[in-house]
Amino acid sequence: MHPFLYTLAADEPTARRIAATDPAAAFIAGGTTLIDLMKLNVEHPAQLVDITRLPLAKVEELPDGGIRVGAMVRNSDLANHMLIQARYPVLSQALLAGASPQLRNMATTGGNILQRTRCWYFRDTATPCNKRDPGSGCSALHGQNRIHAVLGASDHCIATHASDMCVALAALGAIVRIHGPSGDRALPFSIFHLVPGAHPERETALQHGELIVGIDIPRLPFATRSVYLKVRDRRSYAFALASAAVALDIRDGIIRDARVALGGVATKPWRSQAAESALVGKTAGSAAYHAAAMAALEGAVPRARNAFKIELAKRTLMRALARAGALA
Amino acid sequence: MIGDPVSRVDGRLKVTGAARYSAEWPIDNLAYGVIVQSTVAKGMITAFDTEHARSSPGVVAVYTADNAPALPDKGRAAMKPPAGRELSLLQDRAVRYNGEPIGLVVAEKFEQATHAASLVRAQYESHTPLIDMQSALPSAYPYKPNINGSFPPATQRGDLAAGLAAADARIDATFTAPIETHNSMEPHNTIAQWDGDQLTLYDSTQFVYGVKRFIAKIFGIPEANVRVISHFTGGAFGSKGAPWSHVVLAAMAARALNRPVKVVLTRKQMFGLVGARPHTVQHLKLGARKDGTLTAMEHRSISSTSSFEEWVEPVTLATRLMYACSNQQTAHELVRLDVGTPTFNRGPGESSGIFALESAMDELAVKLAMDPIELRLRNYAERDPESGLEWSSKSLRQCYSLGAERFGWSRRRAEPRSVRDGDAFVGIGMSSATYPARRAPASALARLMPDGMIVVQAATHELGTGTYTIMTQIAADALGVPIERVRFELGDTRLPENPISAGSLTAQSTGTAVHLAAVALHDKIAAMRGDVTTIVSARDLVTRGGGQPIEARADAKPGDEQKAFSMHSFGAIFAEVRVDASLGTVKLSRMLGAYGVGRILNPKTARSQMIGGMIYGLGMTLTEDTLLDARTGRYLNADLAEYLVPVNADIPEIDVMFMDERDPQTNPLGTKGIGEIGCVGVTAAIANAVYNATGVRVRDLPITLDKILGHTSFAD
Amino acid sequence: MDDPNRREFIGTVVTTALASVLAPGTARADAASPHSPPGAPPPTLTPPPDIPVALTVNGTTVRLTLDPRTTLLDALRESMHLTGSKKGCDHGQCGACTVHLNGRRVLACLTLAVMAQDQPVTTIEGLARGDTLHPMQQAFIDRDGLQCGYCTPGQIMSAVALLNEPCGPADDDVRECMSGNICRCGAYPNIVAAVQDVRTATARG
Repeated sequence: MHPFLYTLAADEPTARRIAATDPAAAFIAGGTTLIDLMKLNVEHPAQLVDITRLPLAKVEELPDGGIRVGAMVRNSDLANHMLIQARYPVLSQALLAGASPQLRNMATTGGNILQRTRCWYFRDTATPCNKRDPGSGCSALHGQNRIHAVLGASDHCIATHASDMCVALAALGAIVRIHGPSGDRALPFSIFHLVPGAHPERETALQHGELIVGIDIPRLPFATRSVYLKVRDRRSYAFALASAAVALDIRDGIIRDARVALGGVATKPWRSQAAESALVGKTAGSAAYHAAAMAALEGAVPRARNAFKIELAKRTLMRALARAGALA
Repeated sequence: MIGDPVSRVDGRLKVTGAARYSAEWPIDNLAYGVIVQSTVAKGMITAFDTEHARSSPGVVAVYTADNAPALPDKGRAAMKPPAGRELSLLQDRAVRYNGEPIGLVVAEKFEQATHAASLVRAQYESHTPLIDMQSALPSAYPYKPNINGSFPPATQRGDLAAGLAAADARIDATFTAPIETHNSMEPHNTIAQWDGDQLTLYDSTQFVYGVKRFIAKIFGIPEANVRVISHFTGGAFGSKGAPWSHVVLAAMAARALNRPVKVVLTRKQMFGLVGARPHTVQHLKLGARKDGTLTAMEHRSISSTSSFEEWVEPVTLATRLMYACSNQQTAHELVRLDVGTPTFNRGPGESSGIFALESAMDELAVKLAMDPIELRLRNYAERDPESGLEWSSKSLRQCYSLGAERFGWSRRRAEPRSVRDGDAFVGIGMSSATYPARRAPASALARLMPDGMIVVQAATHELGTGTYTIMTQIAADALGVPIERVRFELGDTRLPENPISAGSLTAQSTGTAVHLAAVALHDKIAAMRGDVTTIVSARDLVTRGGGQPIEARADAKPGDEQKAFSMHSFGAIFAEVRVDASLGTVKLSRMLGAYGVGRILNPKTARSQMIGGMIYGLGMTLTEDTLLDARTGRYLNADLAEYLVPVNADIPEIDVMFMDERDPQTNPLGTKGIGEIGCVGVTAAIANAVYNATGVRVRDLPITLDKILGHTSFAD
Repeated sequence: MDDPNRREFIGTVVTTALASVLAPGTARADAASPHSPPGAPPPTLTPPPDIPVALTVNGTTVRLTLDPRTTLLDALRESMHLTGSKKGCDHGQCGACTVHLNGRRVLACLTLAVMAQDQPVTTIEGLARGDTLHPMQQAFIDRDGLQCGYCTPGQIMSAVALLNEPCGPADDDVRECMSGNICRCGAYPNIVAAVQDVRTATARG
């Protein structure tokens, strides 16, 4: 781990001021991604700004029926929060499918949005990686890429986004609330994360010095009928090979509205509006779920070892939809 | 006493955090050493740049091939595998695998050493490495030396071709397994401390005397000058059987700096530097008559080794003795890859070999439309078919029958995909298991102390196998005292010599020595007309004798019985899996191991050890795969997030049965050793269960969902 | 298996991996890396000095002077000689370093010591009351929920924390709630039995 200056931020203005003046500063909260990557020398901030004292650990109801979650709310607290369990079971399930109880006690909502890929080439500083070392090349493209992405990839990067929580938030259409030097912003989840394109080192729309203060989850009454399904090589404490977050609004046997997002197969939390469109107006059932799965994986690009993910993602999505459809 | 389900005597130390592992000895003035690793797999280092590391705060020294102390014979003085490995000791600039140690940075603090190690630069003249097993197969060559010093590398009995020709059914299949990395929870570590010319090593090892000898030779110093201490080893599984580079590097730096140095491997450094189960590619041919009688068996194994050491996985040894078949050929070949040298890994040889043999037997049973157990009974070996010797004991028949009964084998439906439970196909499968019952010379000292305690000493090891507990039981049993009166000490070369704790040797070898020493002490006390049954009478006895401890020593070694009998443990493994009919995920839902492994000294710890072995086998079967980049030889999933060992959620109820067996030949206690066999047979049992569930035969480990999902016969 | 002859990796010809041209202390120097990391942040030529850190562990406050990089785990093990908390992976992937921070189970290897100030830390050494083991410690002995013992402190710290978490009643629930603690010896079934024993006794008592 490279040396760094540690600064405890007493309040948000202080935190932002320090970050704004030091281009090599990073915020730290749960530390579960940052410390891990600092030990690998993948991350090397010259200054750590400790934001754990900022009063951002609340879960509140919004007037319109949505929920506001502070950036410092720990994953376990969010997963077990009554409002989340009641209104957005998919989010609670996604959180509980991620990492381990200890990590969930540490990891924060804001931090998890910025979770970084598990691509082993990214994590090994002795190998080329465009995300870590722009222009050096993508080692995964023709390497060991069983765990890599089939959606949203480019010839510069095929690294998979690792978060489970983000898949659920993508499906729910969450808004990321940001405070920064040039003002406050609220970014829809769909544009917060970036596909790699020619610049895999750019992962989000967040600018240096900006601080995620929380997320808003819009009101979505039918999210009570929602499911997160994660498929992995090990039954717990493992990253997804494929996952699906779905919510269905079914009335009189007809799907009126739907939310679909995929994880483990894409370079960012992957909301599939194509799958949603394929569902809306159809009779709830396997034909509609199959059509949605086909639509969701339309355009997926297999690499040498991850072609199975296309079929796996389809089946994962169909299973998740069937489960959601079977809920009362 | 012996045979009682006694709770671990070291349990309290372990549950309170008081058990001291080797990196945890409080040593004054300790410096921290961190290994620098190569970033190419093959070539020469043309230049080092250590300036930035040297000037980094807290750095005490940076060693590379440029400045490392010269060792006798360039560090190869002790090279005699497997006890002494060809290591990476900074004596030359050659690079033989990616991640090979090329330097050691020593600093005042761990954080400083770790950071400075990242600042060392090397320039390489590098060559294209050979990493990929499949593409390397054409380079396979026969392994010629005897295996483990005693077994011929290839065998032939009868006429294989004639046997195959006479068969009504034949199986010809190839089975592969990837590199399996042990990943004991405690990383390898050593603290080296010199006091003049006396070296003390606190080392996480399975063999304190082996480390002592090896290190003495490496440094060219008398063995008497080296002391090795290892009171608790946090798991080993074969990977701590021989000392690896870090042990020497710690001692080298400590000597040069004249201060104690601690080197702890990172988890990442446990991939490549400290051995692993090698790749295996096994070709199996079986021939049988309609009634199931085997007419031919051919088992050829190709395993991977490094470019610089011939290490062979003894894959076919079990095939030679498992079934009564008069026509058989076995052989071992090697492929040299530019990777770290492999080593023993739980159930070495048998774990890989039985996977292939018992999968092939299952395939044969399918072909013959026979019950798999019936097929095995048809070919039951009443004596060792290779040597012709009688078994010292064998309860495999009972393992099959009692295991089958308890597991509910009779409810098995032979037709795949015929049992469905919700989203899953349900299948069951079985496998035989075997492992040699070996014994080595061992010594022990038993002493009645002035405080009335009995202290028994033997330089063996506690790896989680329950050594402290069973040795305490053995001694207490012989002396007729409660176990609270006995304190067993191990893991120190000041104590009587004992063999490596590996290969299921400890209970047989050290157990016998402890038993004989305790008996000798008992007899000595009896001759003094003494009584040690109470602490008061025991104290009196010592006082009467002048206050010095009363002691007896035993040196036990195997005798002629070893040549007169074939000694092996056996077992039968039963597994039930649920394979998701759409997703292809495999869930082990039940497992039973039925074992004939000699006398059980402690059914509580023995059961745990068998369960642990089965779980280790589950990892080998379903998830474990050491991934290397075929172009660079980088170890890719070198951590516990991507190299997947089983977690609690993977494990269902596991049942263990021990046959009532007391081997009359192996040793006075009648034990056969239980550490290795638990891992054997699990892989085939699960693979056969997966076939029974789905109709998909996976011959390539691990059995991951993509291998099922992609199979043509698998569709929801 | 991989095609060994891909363009971006040098094939059969002999090649030289370049030495880094980075200045010492530069924040982006990678271990013996053949690839010079570009775009490095400004070098921190002088590493920040050690800092005072006050940790309250098992009820006792200890004042230390630590390198800011020191994790809670290394502070416990190397500075305070509380070696019960184990280092298994140092990356949050095994659970051997599990301790309680503010009464919740966390991983000491991913927690900077400086960030653990002003919050009570409980380690395995702080669980027993004198000679009386915590019921979970006793249950681990009784059920043989341990073998080599290296993961055991982390398992027990997780198991004790689990008693106050919303973990379901079934064995499968315990398996999931205990899956953040890897045991290579394979003591899992006995660990589940130990946890269930204590939960049952607690419910009864």
